Amino acid sequence: MLKINNLHASVEDKSILKGINLEINPGEVHAIMGPNGSGKSTLASVIAGKEDYEVTKGTILFEGEDIEELAAEDRAHKGIFLSFQYPVEIPGVSVTNFIKTAINESRKAKGLEDMPAKDMLKLIREKAELLEMDRKFLSRSLNEGFSGGEKKRNEIFQMAMLEPKLAILDETDSGLDIDALRIVANGVNKLKSKDNAVLVITHYQRLLDYIVPDFVHVLHNGKIVKSGTKELAHELEAKGYDWIKEEVNA
Amino acid sequence: MSKYTEDDLREELKTKEYEYGFYTDIESDTFPIGLNEDIVRAISLKKEEPQWMTDWRIESFRAWEKMVEPDWANVKYVKPDFQAISYYSAPNKKPKYNSLDEVDPELLATFAKLGISLDEQKKLSGVAMDVVVDSVSVATTFKKTLAEKGIIFCSISEAIKEHPELVKKYIGTVVPQKDNFYAALNSAVFSDGSFCYVPKGVKCPMELSTYFRINQAGTGQFERTLVIADKGSYVSYLEGCTAPSRDENQLHAAVVELIALDDAEIKYSTVQNWYPGNSEGKGGVYNFVTKRGLCEKNAKISWTQVETGSAVTWKYPSCVLKGDNSVGEFYSIAVTNNHQQADTGTKMVHLGKNTRSTIISKGISAGKSQNSYRGLVQVHARAKNARNFSQCDSLLMGNDCGAHTFPYIEAKNKTARIEHEATTSKIGEDQIFYCNQRGIDTEKAIALIVNGFSKEVLNKLPMEFAVEAQKLLEISLEGSVG
Ligand SMILES: Nc1ncnc2c1ncn2[C@@H]1O[C@H](COP(=O)(O)OP(=O)(O)OP(=O)(O)O)[C@@H](O)[C@H]1O
Ligand SMILES: [Mg+2]
Repeated sequence: MLKINNLHASVEDKSILKGINLEINPGEVHAIMGPNGSGKSTLASVIAGKEDYEVTKGTILFEGEDIEELAAEDRAHKGIFLSFQYPVEIPGVSVTNFIKTAINESRKAKGLEDMPAKDMLKLIREKAELLEMDRKFLSRSLNEGFSGGEKKRNEIFQMAMLEPKLAILDETDSGLDIDALRIVANGVNKLKSKDNAVLVITHYQRLLDYIVPDFVHVLHNGKIVKSGTKELAHELEAKGYDWIKEEVNA
Repeated sequence: MSKYTEDDLREELKTKEYEYGFYTDIESDTFPIGLNEDIVRAISLKKEEPQWMTDWRIESFRAWEKMVEPDWANVKYVKPDFQAISYYSAPNKKPKYNSLDEVDPELLATFAKLGISLDEQKKLSGVAMDVVVDSVSVATTFKKTLAEKGIIFCSISEAIKEHPELVKKYIGTVVPQKDNFYAALNSAVFSDGSFCYVPKGVKCPMELSTYFRINQAGTGQFERTLVIADKGSYVSYLEGCTAPSRDENQLHAAVVELIALDDAEIKYSTVQNWYPGNSEGKGGVYNFVTKRGLCEKNAKISWTQVETGSAVTWKYPSCVLKGDNSVGEFYSIAVTNNHQQADTGTKMVHLGKNTRSTIISKGISAGKSQNSYRGLVQVHARAKNARNFSQCDSLLMGNDCGAHTFPYIEAKNKTARIEHEATTSKIGEDQIFYCNQRGIDTEKAIALIVNGFSKEVLNKLPMEFAVEAQKLLEISLEGSVG
């Protein structure tokens, strides 16, 4: 589904990603861990097509297609979703209106008519229920005055609505209380199938107890320096990153 | 009062030819350029007005002659040469085109985006209409319904002839002839406009919109509107048109007067979309408008405006809260793009006790434009317990535009409570990327963000108008973020 080959990317001439290789197949869950500033969010943004980041070398293939030249919205239409580490506020635009626009824009790109209001409403209710979101929440301005946890839950609500093929969750667990974490993780698991894939970026093993990864990668200084199974996450939790950094430097 | 016929007029003009100092062919649609007392008289004559109206115009003209064009507004433009303008041009009855195929495709594309019906597109762009036009019959039905309620709704020219007592009683009572330079000019030479009277206790059963819009195409340079809501009545009035108005006349100076008598309510909504000029700012309309409403006891006037057009806008819809417990509201969205300049705002004059006013102003600037809000809240000594709340928000797109806020407060009564809030924000790249990531392209994203920003004001517009206004905002800002 996603095939990243020797990816180098920089922002404002500062090189951040320095040769990433990663392959994600349908049905798989991958986790990326790594110290602060190692480039995890940058990798997510580059896959999603943020223009500030320049790909200087390497390729990103999504379902066999090189997406380098595709605008962010086109990548979204192809089924790439990013749950932001820091979701932005859009004052005056309700959660409902925003997701409605997103859905209909994606449909338009596929040559479909707008979703009938009735179906939209039903879908919104269903997904809001899945994530145990309060109805009142849906009429509030997007992310404006949302608590950290509410923002993250809302990201996953949008994911549930858009049903992407590849979902990248950038520290979705940070800010969630224990109950919310379980609810959100359950939501993600319910949406999992053999046809889609999830890339989880996290600092903590906790989330991976719920969303169990097939592979765990460690990103350090713009490179994936170690990959393994879910046991690697436990090891990191216990030992931190120093031993990996030493291994790299050795 | 006897009515002139075409022939009487012709005779009269012939005999007075000398007096006017120029020759006017009555068949000709346009007066020679320039302005003097004779021209003012000729306009009045051409419009078959009674003597008092002619005198009123002359008085205005004499006042105007002694006035100077104001330059305190935060706008820069080449001052119009008032002697280089023709002050009378009969409404063009002949269609400009035979079919829509002849109309500028860009204009048609915009119409299509706004969702304007084919018939209306024809009307607006001056295409000959075949068959019986749908809209005309709609207008007739409307007129009938209104007449049943005793509501008078017609052109001001017609009102001067048919309802002189009402016009005479109220014209110039809210915006006096000498109020300001442009108002004086308008009072002297106003071409046409609308008149509305709602009798005591009558709630106007419909938004005066569709009807008005049909009659909107081709209104003159110097429009004059007079709306009177008699005691305990209600009317919602929609002015303007979301369709782009390409007018050859560069200068527009309208006057709108609203009178809300005891316990009456007037909602006045405007969507203004005059030609703003090309992307270098050449050729756009100068829009200098005086709008003011007078509230008697317990009356309420709300101004809602969406301003996207014109090269230069100078406009301050105001409320004089004369009666105790009266309420004034001003909700405004002003968009400027490219080289547009807008200096707009409101004046709330609190005269009566317990008067309340609310001001919500949303300025959106893009390109190299300048957008200024200028508001005056005035509380007079008698106005015990007056209250005002003002909120002015500015949204900037890009680094070359400007937003300015000039709030003035004059309170002469200690019990006054005046609150002012102001914010300035910028559309962030992060917001755009967030939308992009959800499959919303940049243009749509901007529209979404702008609509969110403007929501409090859009919500005040009547439903169908709000939808159009939303699309209009979208179109006005197209291509403004690269
Ligand atoms: N727009 C930018 N301009 C300059 N530097 C940037 C920019 N974006 C990212 N960086 C830098 O790139 C590096 C990687 O940042 P990134 O956000 O990808 O880290 P991360 O692995 O997600 O960290 P965290 O765990 O704290 O979220 C950091 O040093 C960061 O300061
Ligand atoms: Mg990060």
